Amino acid sequence: MSFWEFANPRKFMAWTAPVLPWVSALAALALSVGLVWGFFFTPNDFRQGATVKIIYLHVPAAMMAINAWVMMLVASLIWLVRRHHVSALAARAAAPVGLVFTAMALLTGAIWGQPTWGTWWVWDPRLTSFFILFLFYLGYVALWQAIEDPDTAADLTSVLCLVGSVFAVLSRYAALFWNQGLHQGASLSLDKEENVADVFYIPLLFAIAGFVLVFVALVLVRTRTEIRARRLHALAMRERMANA
Amino acid sequence: MPDLGPHVVPVLAAYCISLVLLFGLVGASVLRARRVKRALDRAEGRSEDG
Repeated sequence: MSFWEFANPRKFMAWTAPVLPWVSALAALALSVGLVWGFFFTPNDFRQGATVKIIYLHVPAAMMAINAWVMMLVASLIWLVRRHHVSALAARAAAPVGLVFTAMALLTGAIWGQPTWGTWWVWDPRLTSFFILFLFYLGYVALWQAIEDPDTAADLTSVLCLVGSVFAVLSRYAALFWNQGLHQGASLSLDKEENVADVFYIPLLFAIAGFVLVFVALVLVRTRTEIRARRLHALAMRERMANA
Repeated sequence: MPDLGPHVVPVLAAYCISLVLLFGLVGASVLRARRVKRALDRAEGRSEDG
């Protein structure tokens, strides 16, 4: 069986039905372990105090905000090249999830920034590119809503996704490109000197795994809903034509 | 409850806002999934009857 057959709507509905409960249960477990461990059972940082506990929300949300856009980019390219409807619907399904993660990263970042930097917001490269990514998410969701023909909507949103990818990349690497601004570089690093301390690191890994699995579960649920909504729309059109 | 010192408000605010957003997203996704599934079941029933 070809890999692409998994993207057939009927096959997609069949293989995701048994997978979804497992992914959802794992997501709830990993997220609960990460957040409860991080909030209740990790010490305060010697410089940042208790605000370090925001890391278990801010870092995974920011990572997934960018990764969600990358997933949408891949799905959009598959739509543009191979015209697989499920890939276009998966990109559409992922957008509100990415939008919420981006809002979460911006809000927790502002709340963390106030006691750490003495300000809620600065127009530094990383924060600014992340805010523009948020606006692209809003535009992407609005564009899907605004266009009635689903194929035209998929085409135009795919192009928007390609353009917005510049800001997804910028928001990840802005601190490296410009080497200025308040936001520090990546929190996670293979370099032991630069990486967060082990006592924070393991619960953070659980929180990141939880966010990844929540994203996967929500995209599966929402893609299944989009497939059903499209079938519902087709049946409604058929009924209308039969009654005309 | 851990000792959050002078940062009790920002830490709790970050957790509350994030959890509200996350549960809101999950709730909205599940509710829409159920609503669309019910509507499709009804439409397919009508389609088979007709």
